[in-house]
Amino acid sequence: MKLTVASSPHIRGAFKTSRLMLDVVIALMPAVSVGIARFGLRALLIILISICASVITELLYCVLLKKRITIIDASAIVTGLLLALTLPVSAPLWMSAAGAAFAILFAKMLFGGLGQNIFNPALIGRAFLMLIYPVGITRYAMAPDAVSQATPLHKMVMPSLPEESVLDMFLGFCPGSIGEISALALLIGFAYLLVRKVISWRIPVFVMASSAVLSLIFAKAGSPIEWMLYTLFSGGLMLGAIYMATDYATSPVTAKGQMLYGALIGALIVLFRYFGIYPEGVTYAILLSNALVWIIDRYTAPRRFGTGKGART
Amino acid sequence: MKRLFFGGIHPKYNKEMSTEITDIQKISPKFACLPMQQHIGAACTPLVKVGDYVLRGQKIGDGEGMCVPVHASVSGKVVAVENRPHPNGGEALTVVIENDFKDTSILPEGMNESAEDMDADTVLHKIREAGIVGMGGAAFPGSIKALGAMGKVDTLIANACECEPYITADDYLLRKTPDQILSGVEILKAIIKPERAIVAIEDNKKEGISAIREILPRYPGIEVVVLPTRYPQGSEKQLIQAVTGREVPPGSLPASIGCAVFNVATFAAIHRAVRWGYPITQRIVTVSGEAITRPQNFIVRLGTPFHDLIEIAGGLNDKTERVISGGPMMGKAQSDLSVPVVKATNSVLCLLKDENGAAENPVCLRCGKCVSVCPMKLQPLYMYRYQRAGDVKMLLKYNLTDCMECGSCAYTCPGKLPLVETFRLGKKMIKEANGK
Repeated sequence: MKLTVASSPHIRGAFKTSRLMLDVVIALMPAVSVGIARFGLRALLIILISICASVITELLYCVLLKKRITIIDASAIVTGLLLALTLPVSAPLWMSAAGAAFAILFAKMLFGGLGQNIFNPALIGRAFLMLIYPVGITRYAMAPDAVSQATPLHKMVMPSLPEESVLDMFLGFCPGSIGEISALALLIGFAYLLVRKVISWRIPVFVMASSAVLSLIFAKAGSPIEWMLYTLFSGGLMLGAIYMATDYATSPVTAKGQMLYGALIGALIVLFRYFGIYPEGVTYAILLSNALVWIIDRYTAPRRFGTGKGART
Repeated sequence: MKRLFFGGIHPKYNKEMSTEITDIQKISPKFACLPMQQHIGAACTPLVKVGDYVLRGQKIGDGEGMCVPVHASVSGKVVAVENRPHPNGGEALTVVIENDFKDTSILPEGMNESAEDMDADTVLHKIREAGIVGMGGAAFPGSIKALGAMGKVDTLIANACECEPYITADDYLLRKTPDQILSGVEILKAIIKPERAIVAIEDNKKEGISAIREILPRYPGIEVVVLPTRYPQGSEKQLIQAVTGREVPPGSLPASIGCAVFNVATFAAIHRAVRWGYPITQRIVTVSGEAITRPQNFIVRLGTPFHDLIEIAGGLNDKTERVISGGPMMGKAQSDLSVPVVKATNSVLCLLKDENGAAENPVCLRCGKCVSVCPMKLQPLYMYRYQRAGDVKMLLKYNLTDCMECGSCAYTCPGKLPLVETFRLGKKMIKEANGK
């Protein structure tokens, strides 16, 4: 019998990269379902194209550069899915493919792959699409050739309250991107991620709390409470707070850092929505905060055991 | 008040495996291999030579300074004084005694002295002469720790956490001989004179808790504190934090913040040494794990080779991957099963391949789970990164030296990074850099 002499610990927990990624996909299923139910099979097509483009790009990159094939960790699926969920159903299909390929190649693989990237790949993909073909990504219609609709966010820049009731927006009866319309569906996924211990509550809660407080104070139409609820349930705030701001590679690892980072994103969302050239501000709020993650981690390092407050007790 | 320490994990405990067989067997080996180094400090010099006949309990090795004696665990003839494999790794000078199974002993019989009238020097001398070390695994000389605690410590803690999975050796003591533990606490309490003396037990040892509570009224001034089970609660610094809320400063001893922690097995050994005059010649060892046929506890004479124990426990499964001295989280994997049970060996663990084991290509996701479970408030992901980069300055900045290698981070890591291994290498790098 050959005994293995390896370092302790000799047992390991069940957390596994691919399982965590799969859990994110599962958590997004309610939002995906709402998107398909509301926008039809074209939504599914956009999602599938984005996922395929994302996985194929990573595979090609690994094969062509003779690197280890990494698609097995399922992280490319998450990137593809998330990007598709930020697109309107009327977006041309090529945008879905181009955005995903750009995201994987430039925001992930060229940085060294999973865990090494500084910016959230899905959001880089989206930012890229906003740059090359803004009409495709800011025009919301039920189909490419259909009449475009004003989303609640378009109303809110007026500023005025959207036509939809707060409840409709919470449930997802409003125009918007494929995966962002139903706050309820996204929150169900949030609960799942918490139960499975995939993410902590800190970042999403602080994004929402910070946006809520600022929109309450600086309400532009209706009652402050109404304005706050519309702010939270409109656009990609929920999707961004729960699924993008919590991206492991691009968010802080310390508890304090996560709270600070969440609060920063929430504040930037409100700022960009009020003063930006687009009605939406989630993409740039998160990408800008991504750049600060290393600094945030450094200055929110936990107090050394047995020093400071701990030494005095 | 909720009692807590930072971080920690909840591994699968598998403790019931080794508590099913309650009829404990005493094991005495054909050849007892007694290393001259079974404690932290200077190794003993052998006091016997090949051909000598020794009695059980006879001192066969001793030394000066930070050193405690080693005693013969069986009677018989010394057949070798040579280097042999040691469970802590490498080889150590070892006295090998061929057992004549007569068990001729120099141990006093029926002695049961009261410790009440003994002065501190007598007690400390008896503890040293009995060869007592920290029996939870640390193997720090007991008398030196007790001496350092005198006059400085307001809280004396008996550590009955046994937080490593599988191991139930201390649990056995709690259930079967709680009197020895509490008597040992009473002895040290009398010389250290703390304000509080506490037996700290994790709440997964229900039977042990009630056994201790039942006899507690006979030992005034000793309290029982039940803690919510979480690994690594049995670690000295974490236990102190959980019980008192105090944190041991970096590089300091627990006595500097008024605490002293001894394992319950150490207390029982102190009782036997001080009141009965017994040196350490045996200890309770858990033989467990999925790869062993009949997991159970044994009372084992020191020096018993691991393969003897494994054989008596029914042998190993063909698919055995690792045999470990100690627990699955911090124990040391063995390649040579002729290594002997020493004073600090609380378990011989036989494991099959871990399905969640190391990945071929470990990748850090930056998920931060390691940061949230680290009981020392470290940031393992950055320590890993800077070790790989060979950056000693950053390793020091991230307080790598505070790491106690509890393995909570590596256990939790979804990317299956070899964290603990890397940190050992990092500590070596720091030492080398300091040496220059």
